[in-house]
Formats: sequence, structure tokens, C-alpha cells
Amino acid sequence: MTPPTLSTLLWTVPVLPLAGAAINGFFGRKASKNAISAVSLVFCGAAFAMALLIAANFSSASAPYSFRLAHWIRAGAFSADFDFYLDQLSLVMMLVVTGVGFLIHVYSVGYMWDDDGYYRFMSYLNLFMFFMLTLVLAKNYLMMFIGWEGVGLASYLLIGYWFLKDSASSAGKKAFIVNRSGDFGFLIALFLMIKHFGSLDFPTLFAKIQPMSAETAGVGLLTSIGILLMVGAAGKSAQIPLYVWLPDAMEGPTPVSALIHAATMVTAGVYMVARSHAIFERAPTALTVVAIIGVLTALFSATIGIAQTDIKKVLAYSTVSQLGYMFLACGAGAFAAGIFHLMTHAFFKGLLFLAAGSVIHGIGGEQDMRKMGGLRSYMPWTFMTMGIATLAIAGIPPLAGFWSKDEILWKAFNASWVYWLIGVITAFITSFYMFRLMYMTFGGSEYRGAPPPNAHGHTSHDHGHGEPHESPWVMLGPLVVLAILSVIGGFVGLGNHFEHFLDPVFNPATAPALQEPVREAGDKVLEVALMGVSIAVALLGWIFAHLLYSSRPQLPARIAQSLGRFYQAVANKYYVDELYAILFVKPVVEGSTVILWQGMDQGVIDATVDNAADAARHVSDNVRHMQSGNLRSYAGWIAAGGALVIAYMIWMGVR
Amino acid sequence: MVPLSYYLLLSGILFVCGVLGFLIKRNIITIFMSIELMLNGVNLSFVAFAAHWHALSGQVFVFFVMVVAAAEAAVGLAIIIAVYRTRETLNVDQVNLLKL
Repeated sequence: MTPPTLSTLLWTVPVLPLAGAAINGFFGRKASKNAISAVSLVFCGAAFAMALLIAANFSSASAPYSFRLAHWIRAGAFSADFDFYLDQLSLVMMLVVTGVGFLIHVYSVGYMWDDDGYYRFMSYLNLFMFFMLTLVLAKNYLMMFIGWEGVGLASYLLIGYWFLKDSASSAGKKAFIVNRSGDFGFLIALFLMIKHFGSLDFPTLFAKIQPMSAETAGVGLLTSIGILLMVGAAGKSAQIPLYVWLPDAMEGPTPVSALIHAATMVTAGVYMVARSHAIFERAPTALTVVAIIGVLTALFSATIGIAQTDIKKVLAYSTVSQLGYMFLACGAGAFAAGIFHLMTHAFFKGLLFLAAGSVIHGIGGEQDMRKMGGLRSYMPWTFMTMGIATLAIAGIPPLAGFWSKDEILWKAFNASWVYWLIGVITAFITSFYMFRLMYMTFGGSEYRGAPPPNAHGHTSHDHGHGEPHESPWVMLGPLVVLAILSVIGGFVGLGNHFEHFLDPVFNPATAPALQEPVREAGDKVLEVALMGVSIAVALLGWIFAHLLYSSRPQLPARIAQSLGRFYQAVANKYYVDELYAILFVKPVVEGSTVILWQGMDQGVIDATVDNAADAARHVSDNVRHMQSGNLRSYAGWIAAGGALVIAYMIWMGVR
Repeated sequence: MVPLSYYLLLSGILFVCGVLGFLIKRNIITIFMSIELMLNGVNLSFVAFAAHWHALSGQVFVFFVMVVAAAEAAVGLAIIIAVYRTRETLNVDQVNLLKL
């Protein structure tokens, strides 16, 4: 049986950040910034400490743990309660979320210190932590959905954090609306589960699904549920066709981009698909859909990333692309590899964003890479940590990204060589645009931008002569920790330790659809060969980037010119936003304007009210002349009325 | 015994005289008197019916009407005096300020 301490502690992990959010949100306006930071960090740190404590006492033998905090919905045979659930998968997620989340909280103290809405920001961050932890620790889909919607809310609040800026507030709305489109699929999947299985509890539900055989032909119940879940995941995790919100979400402050739009929230879709593996394993068609969406997104957004000039936009498209990898892994049936990449990605992509934030902070808010350059000497720590993260994401061994990406590519190869090929091409592009980013930002000898404004607030770090400067230690600390994690994070995957750790969750014995092919000696050779290929393409990307952006900096412009229209299309993100504007936004806006506003509201509702009022006014305008003030005319009316009544009575023969 | 219809006819004539006076006359006091005439026309029909049916309620009603009429006369005359003091006329056609 489960030791009582561990299970009963489980609920404190999400609730602690909620308390922090409430305290800062309600009382933070008048509090000092030190107090706000203390509250925010203490509660978030306590959640992390609690997560570590739980992890230390976690034993695979007695997992999964679960704890019921309170009853929630009881309707006939259906029930959904505030149940927390901890198995190997949610343990990994919980540690990633609280760990990376705590580091980013620390970083935010430095990054957001000068902002007027500091308390609001910290409160939102804590609120996000609460919802994200609810999402990963939920025991049923409905509670997961609370977290799912909650992180969407926190994301909306934080993207639109600088709501006075028009672009930020509309980016927030865009993120929310696009996410809602995906949630619609998720909700229908939940309805299908309730209708057909009568439960949303993971253990109960999966126990009912377990005996079902795989739907190999056509679209059955499980396939429908799987594809609908994938619609939800595509919304939250920014996959084709719902990825458009994520690049715009970069309007939010950089710690938000790091925490929500790189490390944690956007991976919720991957987590959800992995959590629903019992469904997907029995729906090969749905799995294929997941894999195809993943691999296409990976390639598509990576190519967009090449031509972006905004440092955060490059990272945003890179995130979309890496999430595509994770879905590719899930689609290939290698859920553990997807979660592995999720974890390492949280380290290095969180680090990349934080380092980018450090750069932006150090040069006074500029995000255009063309106005950077030569920053290596100004901010050595940022350069070093970001360099490590770049090596990690490019897949240079032995850093974290190499292990997880290689694992995915290997599993993808087992599913189909096409997946592998596209994955390798994407890996090359990834390496290229990441080193391009590094060379444009840190490379070269001179700084191309304008001197950053001097009045920057934290006087102790100011050089006082308007040069780019290194960030304070409260920001560099998290960078260093994440850099260390980016280096060593991949080693947990050595010898398939990570995969075996997750085995109880993704137990292959229960997966009839995708039996792991038995690896023979020849396969081992093949695996090493494929590994060599992926290292080669990563180095190739680096070399290309070096050639184009370091040795011959005039080349990229000429190449861009020779590509002409194609380059234009890539630089403009393939005009997908414009296409969506024509296909979806414009009909809605026009339809609302012409039919709903002018037709229905003005034409029917307003017209009814207005005409009724007009008619009443006209009638009374005529009738009011009866009140002449002339007593004898009143008398005449009374007499006439009386006569009328009498005439009526006589006429009807009333006795 | 005088038949009932004679009383009723007289009552009707009195009432119609009252109505006509009420409608035609311009002097407030005359109009007031026309109202009294109408009341008395009604009173006459009340007592006529009471006598005819040997029912006392008709006579009781007449007392009520007379009480009301007396009260009304007191109030009405007071109003008329007040009107005359401010407007120095008793012509109702000139007392027509109460309108839109």
C-alpha cells in the first residue's frame, strides 16, 4: 500500500503556488517589491521542494499514488473528483514544471523588477504554476481540463501582460481563441469517453480500453477520440494547423515565453497524448495523424525559423518545430522518447529564451538580431550559457538535446524511413538557424545596434556609458543552472534508463498495435549509423551557418535575392496568417458586422424597440391634445363617454 | 298613487337639465349648481324606487348622496372663491392653464 505521507502531500504541490498567487494578487499592489518577490519565490520554491521530497520518496514499486482531496461531480454512475495522481510520467512532468518554473521565477525577479505591474506579473506566474501542476497531477480528464483551460487563461493574461500595447493584447486574444478552437476537439473527445465508457478517471477508463483490440481499419470510436484529442493537443502545443498563436505570443515578457511558451504549457499537448497512450495505441490511424502532424510541423516551422530576424521569433518557431519532434515520437509509438525530449527541451529551450531575454535586457529592449552582434565580449555569461543551449538543441553530443532527438529519430526510423528523413532534414535546419542566431547575436567584432538607454533602473549594474551590459546575477544564476541541466540532462537516457523508468506507464506489453520490433545486432549497427548521420547534419548546419554568417556575411543577402519570391514567402511565414485572415477571421468579422450587427442587432432588435417607442410617441402626441385645460371639453368627453356606456348597455340589453 | 314612471321621467329630465347646464354654461357657479341638479335627479329616482319597492336602502343611499353633496359643496365653493381671488373671473373658459 502507499505510504500515507507521500500521497497526502501530493495536493500541496499545486496549491502552494495558488496561495502565492492569491497573496500577491490581492495584497501585492501596495506591498514592496522585496515582499512580492519573497512571497512568489517562497511559494513556488516550496512547491519545488515538495516535488523533490515526493520524488525522493517515490518508489516505482508502489506507484501509482493517488489522493482524493474532495468530491466534485457525482451524477449517477459518473463521477469526477478532485483526485491527484502520481505515476512515473506525472512525476517527471511535476519535476520539470516546478524545477524550471522555479528557476524562471528567480529570473523574473531580475527581469521584471523595473516593471510597474511587478506584483501582477509574479501573481500570474504563480497562478500559471498552479494550473500547470493541476494539469499534470490530475487523475481524470476533467481535472486535467481545468488545468488545461487554466494555463490557457494564465497564458492569455501573460501574453497580454503589457496590455496597453495593441499588439500584445491582440496576441493574447489570438492565443486564447486559437486555443479554444483546439479545446473544442478535446471537449468532444471527453464527451465521447463519458458516453461510451462512463468515466474520465485514467485508471478506470484505461482499464476499460485495455481489452479492446486495435482499430486497424476505418475510423472507429478510439480513432475518433484519438484524433479529437490530437486537435486539442495541436491547439495547446502549437501544431499545424493551430500553431499560429505561438509566434505572436512572443509579445509577452521573455520569462513568460521561456516558462509558458517553451518549457511547460506548450508541452501539455504532448503530455496529454502520452497520458492517453492507451487510446492511441489502439488507434493506429490516429497515431499516424499525430506523427504526420508532428513531422510536418517540425519541418515547416523550422524553415520559417531560418528567415526570421526577431530573436524571440526564431526561438518561437524553433519551439514549434521541437514540439513537432515530440509529436513525431508519440506518433511513432515512442511515448517515452517524446517525454524525454519534452524534458530536455524544457531545459535547453527555457535556457535559450532566458538567455535571449538577458540579451534583450542588456541592450535596452531591442529584439532585432540585425541590430545586435559582437555581444560576446559584453555579456560572456549569457554567451556561454546560450552557446551550450544551442549546442544542445542542435544535437551535438554529449549534450541533452542529442540524446533525446536521436532517440526520437531512431524510433521514427523504426516506424517509417520517411519520418526519419524529414526529421534529419529538420535537424539540419535547426542546427543552421540556431547557429545563425548565435552568430548574428554574439558573433562579429562590433555591436550594430544603438546604445541602450542609460536610465535602466538597476544602477549597481549600469556601466553608466550606454553600452550593452551583462545581466545581474539573479538572472544569470538560472541560466547557469539550466546550462548545467542542458549538459547533463541527456544522460538519464543512457542505456534507456529513462525509458525503462517510464515503462510501467507505457508498458509495451499492453500495446497490441505497435509491438517494439526486436532489435538484432544489425539494428545496433544501423542505430549507430543513424546517430552518425544526425551528428553529421548538426555539424553541417553549424558549418553552413559559420560560412554564411561569420566568414562571408554578405552571402545571405545574395542568396535571399537569388531565391526571390520563395525567400519572400518564407520570410513572411508562408503567408499563413494572411491565409487564415482571409479564410476564418474575415468571414467572422464581416458576418458579424453585416448579419449580426447591422442585420440582427440594428435591423431586428433595435428596430423593434425603436419602432415601438416611436409608435407610442406618435399616438400620445395626438392624444395629448385632448388635455386642453378647457373644463367644458373635459365635461363633454365625460358626457360622451357616459352616453357611450349607456348606449352600449342598451344595445347589449344589459339589465 | 302616481306611477313610478312619472318620477323616473322627472328624474331623467332633471338629470339631463343638469348635464346640459354642465356642458353649456361658462360660469363656474352655474356649473356647480348643474351638478347639484344631477345629484338631485338621481336622488329622486332613488326615493321613487324605495317607495315603489318598499325598500329602505334607497332612502339610505339618498342620505349618503346628500352628505357627499354637502361636503362637495363646501369644498367646491372654497375652490371657487380661491379661483376668483387669483383670476378675478368665474368663466371656466379662461381658467385653462392646466394643460400641456
